[in-house]
Amino acid sequence: MDDSITLKGIKDGLLVTIRSEGKWSDMAGRLAAIIDSQGEFFRGARVTLALGDRDVRRGELASVQALLAQRGVTLTGIVSESASTGGSARKLGLRTGLSIADLIDPHEAPTQPLKPPPIDSEERGTQGVLVRRTLRNGRTVHSAGHVVVLGDVNAGAVVTAVGDVIVWGRLRGTVHAGVEGDESAVVCALDLSPTQLRIAGYLTISPDERRGRPRPEKALVRNGRIEAETWE
Amino acid sequence: MGARVITITSGKGGVGKTTATANLSAALASLNQRVACIDADIGLRNLDVVMGLENRIVYDLVDVVEGRCKLRQAMVKDKRVPDLYLLPAAQTRDKTAISPQDMVVVTNQLRDDFDLILIDSPAGIEWGFRNALAPADEVVVITNPEVSAVRDADRIIGLVEAEDRHVPVSLVINRVKPEMVRRGDMLSVDDVMDILAIRLLGVIPEDEMILISSNRGAPLVLDNERSLAGEAFLNIARRLTGEKVPLLRLEQKGGFLRRLSRMFGSSNAMPGE
Ligand SMILES: Nc1ncnc2c1ncn2[C@@H]1O[C@H](COP(=O)(O)OP(=O)(O)O)[C@@H](O)[C@H]1O
Ligand SMILES: [Mg+2]
Repeated sequence: MDDSITLKGIKDGLLVTIRSEGKWSDMAGRLAAIIDSQGEFFRGARVTLALGDRDVRRGELASVQALLAQRGVTLTGIVSESASTGGSARKLGLRTGLSIADLIDPHEAPTQPLKPPPIDSEERGTQGVLVRRTLRNGRTVHSAGHVVVLGDVNAGAVVTAVGDVIVWGRLRGTVHAGVEGDESAVVCALDLSPTQLRIAGYLTISPDERRGRPRPEKALVRNGRIEAETWE
Repeated sequence: MGARVITITSGKGGVGKTTATANLSAALASLNQRVACIDADIGLRNLDVVMGLENRIVYDLVDVVEGRCKLRQAMVKDKRVPDLYLLPAAQTRDKTAISPQDMVVVTNQLRDDFDLILIDSPAGIEWGFRNALAPADEVVVITNPEVSAVRDADRIIGLVEAEDRHVPVSLVINRVKPEMVRRGDMLSVDDVMDILAIRLLGVIPEDEMILISSNRGAPLVLDNERSLAGEAFLNIARRLTGEKVPLLRLEQKGGFLRRLSRMFGSSNAMPGE
């Protein structure tokens, strides 16, 4: 494992520790690569560099400052045991005279700014599509897995899925679950009033008359037809 | 910052887009806003007729886009209010004479000289609608309390929401007849809001004065005689300028009013209502 550069979340942004060994230009390149590999994570961040006893010239420090700025990162200060490095930093207007102990908030849990550890999925779930707004007239959604809508499905909208369709809202449009023939597919909605509802090869249309207060319902194929039951 | 561009659209034809554009433009100008309105209904122009400016047209939008005249030569000034101009549509061409990019260029040229630019959109969801939508900072959807008009409004709102850039949409419900609503023969404001669930900018009653004023080419809002619809348009214009104006009392008492006041308290209501 390469630990020549390490990162830590601190009170005022991020502390980047660069080991004293190794060529400065190599370290600069490695730092750039780390930032680039993290996507948007660093954008807007404020960074303090901990440089140990390494002697860094003003030009060298300025080039790293520029490299950070290009990536939307602001270099705010340095922690250094080298007098010449401190001098370089002051000429660039950076904060010096800091110690690592000052920067780290003793009350704060250690933060891990990088990727979370990978977790293996034990469940074999199906892929799906999540729609986080109301599907209005004319909008269509199809998934080779399930479809979940957080919003209404208005009249004129069409949702089709190889698997299930779940609507956390009112379903008034047209919906077809189990389009490839899966008769175990279900359609659930907080208010199940579709224009037309299909599951696999079965079809039903809503009665014109609204039956009282809407309640969450689940439609499924049972006894050779589509039935709706309370969704709980 | 320049003008705000507001596109008035509906999907369904004949619901009152042109009427609304003419009246809101005149009302905004009477509130001392500098207003330009653009008729984007190429081939079926009639905003000029409703505004009573037809006989003063020399050039039109297509002439501007095709370079036959300067933009300011095509702008027709309304003499009844301080700062109201119309950029008319071409009558003899079709919508494909203009591209969405052309509309963006033309409106950008106007932005510095006006506070508000209103665009009257053609019916439909095709080319003409795309032209009208392209330069919009905001969209006002007009609908009638009628199932098919509401369906089309929903379609239009969906199309606007699908744009990559975020364009706020609000709703005007036109031609409401309180009497019919009370009898249960017409969708109520609540019913429409229940389906469309967006910001309600205002409600316009059915009013025969609209037809009379359109034929005369004199927008209702400029009429000294008070009419309910004229007042409703004026209120919407005020809301567009950021003023908090309560919804109009469409009748003195009874269910519809109570229903409206219930709506004032809902999340869809206008600010201050
Ligand atoms: N609130 C209203 N009351 C009565 N008639 C109206 C009202 N709004 C519009 N109209 C009439 O409806 C017709 C269509 O209106 P218009 O504005 O041309 O619709 P659009 O531009 O959407 O096609 C016109 O004859 C107009 O006078
Ligand atoms: Mg029209």
